[in-house]
Amino acid sequence: MSAPITSTRFKQNAREALADATLQQALKFVEVNFISRRREAAERLPEFEALRDAARDIKDHTLAHLDLYLEAYERRVQAAGGEVHFALTAEEARDIVLAICRQAGAKTVTKGKSMVSEEIGLNAHLAANGVTPIETDLGEYLIQIRGEMPSHIIAPAVHLTKDQIEADFRRVHAHLAPDRSLVEPTTMLTEARNVLRERFLAADVGITGANFLVAETGTSIIVTNEGNGDLTQTLPKVHIVLATIEKLVPTLEDATQLLRVLARSATGQEISVYSTFSTGPRRASDPDGPAEYHVVILDNGRSAMLGGAFQDMLRCIRCGACMNHCPIYHAVGGHAYGWVYPGPMGAVLTPSLIGIEEAGHLPNASTFCGRCEEVCPVRIPLPRMMRAWREREFERHLSPATVRSGLAFWAYFATRPRLYGAATAMAAFALGLIGRLRGRFRWLPLAQGWTRHRDFPAPEGSTFQAQWRRRKR
Amino acid sequence: MLAAETQSKRGARVGLFVTCLVDLIRPSVGFAAVKLLEDAGCTVEVPRQTCCGQPAFNSGDRATARAIAEQVIAAFEPYDYVVAPSGSCAGMVKVHYPELFHSDPDWLPRVDRFCAKTFELVSFLIDVLDVTDLAASFFGIVTYHDACSGLRELGIRAQPRRLLGRVKGLNLAEMRDADVCCGFGGTFCVKYPEISNAIVAKKADHIAATGAGTLLAGDLGCLMNMAGKLQRAGYVVRARHVAEVLAGMTDQPAIGESRRAAAKE
Repeated sequence: MSAPITSTRFKQNAREALADATLQQALKFVEVNFISRRREAAERLPEFEALRDAARDIKDHTLAHLDLYLEAYERRVQAAGGEVHFALTAEEARDIVLAICRQAGAKTVTKGKSMVSEEIGLNAHLAANGVTPIETDLGEYLIQIRGEMPSHIIAPAVHLTKDQIEADFRRVHAHLAPDRSLVEPTTMLTEARNVLRERFLAADVGITGANFLVAETGTSIIVTNEGNGDLTQTLPKVHIVLATIEKLVPTLEDATQLLRVLARSATGQEISVYSTFSTGPRRASDPDGPAEYHVVILDNGRSAMLGGAFQDMLRCIRCGACMNHCPIYHAVGGHAYGWVYPGPMGAVLTPSLIGIEEAGHLPNASTFCGRCEEVCPVRIPLPRMMRAWREREFERHLSPATVRSGLAFWAYFATRPRLYGAATAMAAFALGLIGRLRGRFRWLPLAQGWTRHRDFPAPEGSTFQAQWRRRKR
Repeated sequence: MLAAETQSKRGARVGLFVTCLVDLIRPSVGFAAVKLLEDAGCTVEVPRQTCCGQPAFNSGDRATARAIAEQVIAAFEPYDYVVAPSGSCAGMVKVHYPELFHSDPDWLPRVDRFCAKTFELVSFLIDVLDVTDLAASFFGIVTYHDACSGLRELGIRAQPRRLLGRVKGLNLAEMRDADVCCGFGGTFCVKYPEISNAIVAKKADHIAATGAGTLLAGDLGCLMNMAGKLQRAGYVVRARHVAEVLAGMTDQPAIGESRRAAAKE
């Protein structure tokens, strides 16, 4: 079983999210903090726009030669004493991870933050097979104890308020003295660290994601701010890196270029607190490190995106800037999107991975305001690709019948200018007459989606074109 | 040299792409555009027209969008320039028409020529005609919303502010997040009405917080959305297309305003 999907319920999810006062309170953080921090970081770096171009080009080049770089990467990992496992599907990836855990006789595994792990529903699978997964990123730890999914790709618990987090700690950490203050984020982090410390030491396997896989050296790179990733991958005797095919970059130089736009776009940091490069298991001269190093590289539908309308989506470096700047995300949060990847990047990626039948709402729930594309560090044309999904839905008759028939009715007139002129003249006259007194309508048939929430202005009474032609006569 | 070039542009024959919303709902915006263009020395003509095709394009119906685009291109072929009082419609033409024809070498040169001569009204006045003088006056505080397509597809931000600075008596009070979407999004606002409402409610609060008596923007769709929300929420802020103020044509009631309320002003 992969992560549960509720994307078909997007409208209902959104309605519930809008009515959830606590969630709305929590979401203000995204709008206020992420945006200004990114802007300030971009403004501090004169070459930021040029770096975005370079980042785009690096990813485009890699995707154009992905087969070569995957093979080169595999050889380098093997040369460093590690092992690469290719998984075509989520199920294969889960089975590979479980097999490695079993081989290691693992009872508990610690985990660094990994969206791929969410994508394949890894925690549920491990738990069902007698291996206890323990999330060590603070946000992931919180949503794990709440039994939730992440609502944001870099800030998984951004949908929670501090009050909710404190209540969860007091519920789960039974040893907490009632007078122990948890008001500040740092005190919460300390509390989580105290509990996690023992888990780190006891874990048999550590699983991390990867921000980049470097073909030149066989290196996997993770960036974190809490240092949990380092403990996850250094202390246990087995380290599993869980990544997808598009994480490849050719060289260390390329990776460092991408790191320069990643943190700035994500949190406005110049660089994350920890950027950790791992190449193979512990060498004889290393003071510490795992005895085994495995990389599981998942496809799960991505190779089918290569060469098609959605290839550019594979440039994504998972910074979250698109959702941080999205008015829809600000309004409804990440859970409403109904699967692992929310916001504009999810609206494009999710249909590719789980099918447009399941995810049809997501590319439609956009005003095409273009703010996502404006901030994307690798310049993914997100609105254009959302439109490409709408085209596929239209071609396959998946868009709602009311939309299709309304569009057909309108198109009939819009492609016949004389008829259109006559029809709009009548409409303007009739609506203008009815609405003249108030100047607007509080209710209109067939437009209740509009008039339930706002007034609709009455037309002035005669179309511009009719007036213009009268004047010219 | 530059002055002479601008002079010749000022004698240009301009086809006004009035846009479907202005045509149907608020013709006075069209007449304001005509006045601004004529005052700048252009000859304005209005060929028979319907819409730019954006509703079909954004709903995934490329065939209809393409049919409408061909119709628009043919209708406006005779003019030196095509000007629309909307960043959204001008953006549809300039940015997206080439996408509709990208695999059609027969049409592409025609499309490219058409895109190159198409402009949004306010940016045309500044960037092409270099208009610096306006006869208009408007006494009061206004706030200006940057509609998304004009802002991000066409880079329209400074131009309207520059021209508004020339309007006698006008005071511009910037709102918070002027560059954030109002939640209109074409068919989005009726397909996802609750989300659209949440976004425009926030926008209405930001508008009202400036203390401005009038909201201006360059796109009628966004203006109808914001005006409708301001009115429903009980805010006393009038909404007008920026062209109305720049042309000094503000005698008409504001968007969605009754004649009686306008007369009371």
